Amino acid sequence: MANILAFAETRGGELRKIALEAVTAARTLADTIGGQVHAFVAGAPGIAKAAQQLGEYGADVVVVVEHAALEKYNPEAIAATVAARVQGGDYRAVIFPTSALGSDLAPRVAAKLGVGLVTDVTDIQVEGDALVVRHPVNIGKVVATVRITSKPALVGIRANTFTPKQSPRTATVEQMQPASDPAASRVVVKEVKLGSGTKLDLGEAPVIVSGGRGLKAAENFKLVEDLAAAFGNAAVGATRAVTDDGWRSHSDQIGQTGRLVSPQLYVAVGISGAIQHLAGMRTSKTIVAINKDKEAPIFKVADYGIVGDLFEIVPALTAAVKEAKARG
Amino acid sequence: MKIAVCVKRVPDMDVRFKIAANGASVDEAGLKFDMNDFDSWAVEAALQIKDKDAATEVVVISLGPDAVQETIRKALAMGADRGVELKTDHIPFDGFAIARALASELQGGGYDLILFGKQSADSSNGVVGAMVGELLGLPVVTAISKLDISGSTGTAKREIEGGQEFVEFPLPAVLTIDQGLNTARYPALKGIMAAKKKPLEVKPAQLGDQTVTVSRMELPPERAAGRIIGEGAAAVPELVRLLQTEAKVL
Repeated sequence: MANILAFAETRGGELRKIALEAVTAARTLADTIGGQVHAFVAGAPGIAKAAQQLGEYGADVVVVVEHAALEKYNPEAIAATVAARVQGGDYRAVIFPTSALGSDLAPRVAAKLGVGLVTDVTDIQVEGDALVVRHPVNIGKVVATVRITSKPALVGIRANTFTPKQSPRTATVEQMQPASDPAASRVVVKEVKLGSGTKLDLGEAPVIVSGGRGLKAAENFKLVEDLAAAFGNAAVGATRAVTDDGWRSHSDQIGQTGRLVSPQLYVAVGISGAIQHLAGMRTSKTIVAINKDKEAPIFKVADYGIVGDLFEIVPALTAAVKEAKARG
Repeated sequence: MKIAVCVKRVPDMDVRFKIAANGASVDEAGLKFDMNDFDSWAVEAALQIKDKDAATEVVVISLGPDAVQETIRKALAMGADRGVELKTDHIPFDGFAIARALASELQGGGYDLILFGKQSADSSNGVVGAMVGELLGLPVVTAISKLDISGSTGTAKREIEGGQEFVEFPLPAVLTIDQGLNTARYPALKGIMAAKKKPLEVKPAQLGDQTVTVSRMELPPERAAGRIIGEGAAAVPELVRLLQTEAKVL
C-alpha cells in the first residue's frame, strides 16, 4: 500500500502554517488511495514535540530528524535525508510547501530521485497512475492541468490554498538519522535575520494592505502601516515601483517578480494596477482599491473601489476599522 | 573565471492569452517573446563579474526551437562571449527533463559559476536551476538577491518569509537569481553589432523521458467586474459595512 510523505516546515522550533496545509493535502490524497500519511520534520533536538500537532492534522507516522546542526535550514543534509526516506519507503507522492525553503528543497530531492516535480499547485487529484495537479502559468493568466506519472510524484503546494483541517490521531514517531553529516554541508546558512516577531508574513496573513506610488513618499507608508495595524491580522505589501525606488524592501514586493499572495482581503492603496502587480494578487478573495484616478486598472479587479484622495480616505478607513474591531 | 548562464525565451505577459486548438498550450500567434526577466538579471550578474575581470568568459545557453537564437543574441549583445542552443521542437514543461539536457551540456565544461533566473514567467515552476546543481553534484544556492565572490568562496543573501538568510558556499556552484540583485543593462548598438559575429553553437537537446506533461490549459474564471462604491472619505462607512456584511472579512 502506497503512502504520502508530507514535508513539515518549521521555524524557530515551531511548525509553520504551511506545514499543516501540507499534512492536510497529504491526508486528502492518502484517503483517496487508502494509504497512510507520513510527516517529515527536521530540526534541533526537541523538534519531536511537533509530532503531536502533526497527528492532530492527520499524520499517521511522524519521521523526526533531530540534530544540533539542523537548527537553521541545512539544504544539503535535509535534501539527502528526505530523498533517503523516500527511497526506503513506498511513497506515491511527496508534498512540499511552496515557500522560500520548500522551493529550494523540493527540486534538490526531485533530482536526487530522478522524478517529476510541479510546484505552486492549487489542486491535487489521483487519476489512475498519474497525479493530476493544477498549476497557474503565465503569471496566473492561464491555469495548466499537469499530469505527473513518475513514482513518487513530487508536488509543491501553494500557500493559503489547502486549508488546514483536523483529522486527529496519535502519530507513531520514528526517529531518523540525517543521511549526510549536516556539519559537512558545503552550502551553509550563516545567519538568519527576521523582522519583528509579531510581523505577519505576506504569504500567511489573512489581510494585506499594499501601497504604491500614489503614496508619493516613503514616509507616507505610515498610513498603510496604520491601516494594517487597525486590522490587526494584516501584513504590508508594496508594488515593484515602490521597492525599485527603495521605499520598501524587495521582500515586500507583490507581483510577477515578487510574492504571489491570495489573502482573504487585499487593500490596494495608491496602486494603479499594472499587469505586473495584478499577477501577484488577483486571486485574493476580496479586493479593495483606493485611488484618485477612476480609470486606474486596479478598479477593474476591485470588489470595492473608492475614488479620491488616499490621504483623506485611508485615515478615515483606519479609524472606522478600529471602531468596528472595538465593537467586535 | 568561466561562467555559464542558462536563459529562457518567454512570451511577453502584457497580453490577453488565448488557448491553442489542442487545448493544452497557449496560442502563440501574435505573441512577442523576450528573455525571461529573472534570467536577464542572471546575465547581468555574470557580466558584472566580467566587468571587473576581463579574462572572464560568459557562455549563454538556451533550450528550445531555433527562435531561442534571438534570446541568445540579446545576451551576446549585452556582453556575453558565446552561445549554445540546445535544440528541441518546443520547450517541454517537465523541469527535470530540461535540467537533464542542460546538465549534460554543462558537465565537464569547467564552469566556476552556473547561473539561472529563479523561475520562468511562463511555466512558473522554478525547479530547473537547483535540479541542474544536484545532477552535477555542485553546491546550489537558490533565489539570491545579493552576491559577493571572494576567491573560491561566495556569500549570498536569500529573501525568506519575513526576513533574510545569509548563505556561504564554495565555488564552483550553481546559483539562481531573484529580483533585487541588479538591473539588467540594455544592449548598446556596438554590442548588437558585435553579437552578430559571436559564436553560437547548435546542438540537439538530450531531454530523455518526460514524466510531467500539460494535459490542459484554460483561462481562469474572470473576477466579477469591479465596482466603485463611492468617492472620498464619505464612502468609508459604506465600505466598512460591505466588508462586514457582504465580504465578511471584518
